[in-house]
Amino acid sequence: MILGLIEHDRGILNPISLEMLTMARNLATDTGVPLEAIIVGEEARSLADRMPAFGVPRVHLVQHERLDDYAPEAWANGIWQLMEMLSPQAVLAPGTDRGNEVLAHVAAISDLPMAANCTEIQPGEPYRVTRLRWGGSLLEEAKLSAGTRLLTIAPHVIEPTELNETSAYVLETFTPELEDKMFRVRITRRIDKIGDKVSLAEARVVVGGGRGVGSAEGFVSLEELAGILGGAVGGSRVATNLGWRPHSDQIGQTGTRIAPDLYIACGISGAIQHMVGCKGAKHILVINKDRGAPIFDRADYGVVGDLHDVVPALIAELKS
Amino acid sequence: MNVLVCIKRVPATGATITVTEDQQGIETRNLGFTISPHEECAVEAAVSLVEEHGGSSTVLTLGESSAVEQLRDALALGIDRAVILETDGREWDPQATAQAITKAVQLQREQGLDFDVLLFGNDAADTGDYQVGVRVAHALDLPCVTGIKGLEIKDDRAIARRESGVGWELFELSLPAVFTVKEGINLPRYPSLPGRLKAKKKPVEQLDPQGNGGGLEKVRLKTPPTQFTEVEILGEGPDAAPNIVTILKELMLV
Repeated sequence: MILGLIEHDRGILNPISLEMLTMARNLATDTGVPLEAIIVGEEARSLADRMPAFGVPRVHLVQHERLDDYAPEAWANGIWQLMEMLSPQAVLAPGTDRGNEVLAHVAAISDLPMAANCTEIQPGEPYRVTRLRWGGSLLEEAKLSAGTRLLTIAPHVIEPTELNETSAYVLETFTPELEDKMFRVRITRRIDKIGDKVSLAEARVVVGGGRGVGSAEGFVSLEELAGILGGAVGGSRVATNLGWRPHSDQIGQTGTRIAPDLYIACGISGAIQHMVGCKGAKHILVINKDRGAPIFDRADYGVVGDLHDVVPALIAELKS
Repeated sequence: MNVLVCIKRVPATGATITVTEDQQGIETRNLGFTISPHEECAVEAAVSLVEEHGGSSTVLTLGESSAVEQLRDALALGIDRAVILETDGREWDPQATAQAITKAVQLQREQGLDFDVLLFGNDAADTGDYQVGVRVAHALDLPCVTGIKGLEIKDDRAIARRESGVGWELFELSLPAVFTVKEGINLPRYPSLPGRLKAKKKPVEQLDPQGNGGGLEKVRLKTPPTQFTEVEILGEGPDAAPNIVTILKELMLV
């Protein structure tokens, strides 16, 4: 069988799990084996109801009195004990922070290899996988040889697709034996973000600034533009590394991945690590005085000019 | 407090990455090299932890001899000692890398140096395997928190912070422990000139890496199909403003 690990936070589904399940279902069909799902923690029990629409006839609920909140090592041990019982040919998890983390723990416990952030899986002996390198700027084709293959699926490479017909499913509970030690890392407290600013990841318009902005003060006009458009401000790695913006505003491989309707990139040349962060933008408008900047090759609209002239003119135009 | 930070030498890539003809690596002829970004912040975290709590910091890398350059960069920032697990330049898979680092840590322990905090990057910029730190933690039977953007230490307790979609998740645990760091945990300092001069003179200890390959084997690298777009130039300088507004209206953003 193929097992898919469903990621959730206190019972709230991470939707990347559904992309992973779609990929897992294709793999199960290719290999002629059933697809089953793993859910860890009683509070996520109701998520099982969503599984049959994705072609999952059997759901395993890993249940333990201490499995109440996220504890990666305990989750992994529970999953590993279930795997020993079920002997799946592959276990898939979403390529999210938690998906990668929990599966890495499973890999470490079992001493199995793990392929992170796969975009394609070809079953066989060995499995042949394609995975992201350089944050997605390159792809790697690799062979994965193991009794049980551990794979995480890169986000947004497949549309989550429900089946037309859904059938009944079976929910089985499994209670692993967990030791105190496995809970030495668990969430002990949460701090919610305050403020009602539009988040970079969800904004419909993002105004980004790079080296060309020149200073922290240079971002004032970008802030104003974003304010008028109801959007958020971000920056390139240069802008955050120079301290012009906090790191949480970084767009790119080591920052936030954005997916706005329009990304207005000001004074950004378009390093590959930046471009992987704005791949999800529907449209890109570039404001840059260097027409030769590589970002023009990835943009829909361009203005050749100094952002310090163009942005204030645009603000004035919008206000008039 | 003794802190270990594990780093990786990676090419400093620009606007494009070119795969070599044999498809086994990337063209680095015109590129400089750097410490992988998350690990640059791990180095900063190591230096500031030792400044605050005393003790010593050690930087470790697995890589070919040229990776000494990145070890010296770390020394220049204030790391006390450097160790290289020198390879012949072939890529080591994550299982083998983790074994080699584990053995090196055990060796340091036998020589009387026990680490309280072991820092890794969350994932290497080039390979993105997301697992070496976790594997080392298991091999050494230590707790591990990945992807942290905050770390406070008081006596032998640590509070690590991780960013979630809605805020922060806090993990409180006992040391010794392994942490994998994300960029943003701090803003790395620049090396001082005396720091650079001192780093040149510091010895770099060399060890033979020991580890067996696991089951993940690279076949080839390839460039994903890039969506080069046909850019519509809206104008030059501030005169382009009305045209931009037209586009904003078309996209129904104003």
